[in-house]
Amino acid sequence: MRYVIYFIIAFCFWLLLTLSVNIDHLIAGVIVVLLATIIFGGYFTDRPAKFLQPHRIFWFVIYIPIFLWYMVKANIDVAYRALHPERPIKPGIVKIKTVLKTNIAKVFLANSITLTPGTMTCEIDGDYLYIHWIWVQSPEVDKASKIIASHFERYLRRIFE
Amino acid sequence: MISTIGWIVIWVGVLFDLLGAIGLIRFPDVYNRLQASTKCVTLGTLGIMIGIFLIKGFSPMGIKALICGAVLLLTSPVAAHALMKGSLHFGTKMWKGTILDQYGKDKLGGEQIEEEGK
Repeated sequence: MRYVIYFIIAFCFWLLLTLSVNIDHLIAGVIVVLLATIIFGGYFTDRPAKFLQPHRIFWFVIYIPIFLWYMVKANIDVAYRALHPERPIKPGIVKIKTVLKTNIAKVFLANSITLTPGTMTCEIDGDYLYIHWIWVQSPEVDKASKIIASHFERYLRRIFE
Repeated sequence: MISTIGWIVIWVGVLFDLLGAIGLIRFPDVYNRLQASTKCVTLGTLGIMIGIFLIKGFSPMGIKALICGAVLLLTSPVAAHALMKGSLHFGTKMWKGTILDQYGKDKLGGEQIEEEGK
């Protein structure tokens, strides 16, 4: 079942890339997508049908602009630190705890953290994430988790769990 | 009109790319440099892609630019993460102004921070 869904998604992706219904393109697409499905289908998420539920898609659409806003903020922050003559940085690696349980949610959390203000994921270890922080505000696990991860977890929990 | 907005978005993207490059030179160690390059260059390149989409619209080129942007958003943090983990395990020391290294304490048997005065 999950291989079929993976095949359909990958084939839609191929159609968007070529943007033509030429028979040659379709045949080449089927071959390539089939190969990709056989090789990578096993790594796909366990229950893909879950992500077609409307309320998950709704929260995902809400999540995108929030994420982009944090990303712009992150860039202005890093640009300020790079251009300031005294280079105001106080880096360090802290440990945070996440409430998310599934793998895909953790991956999205790690990616979101990497692209937002001054923080970057080094490693995921069970429920704990190691974060490189360009301006350490708190070395404690609970406080750091609240500052770094809580505003993403609120949305990611609704989307992926 | 839309074309003008597209050009503005492209130039903002180029500006962020430039800032990322400046950060790459100015920050002191691998980890801070990765921060600058990943964040600024991802948003900068995404800006260029969105600008191309605004100028070209729903043509083959515009759609490809959008897909490139989405793939970039997913892959760029993963690459940065791999580089970071690689340098941690390789034993690259952190800048001497670093105040805390929880990862080194937990996993590598001691903080991996440069000594003062080197």
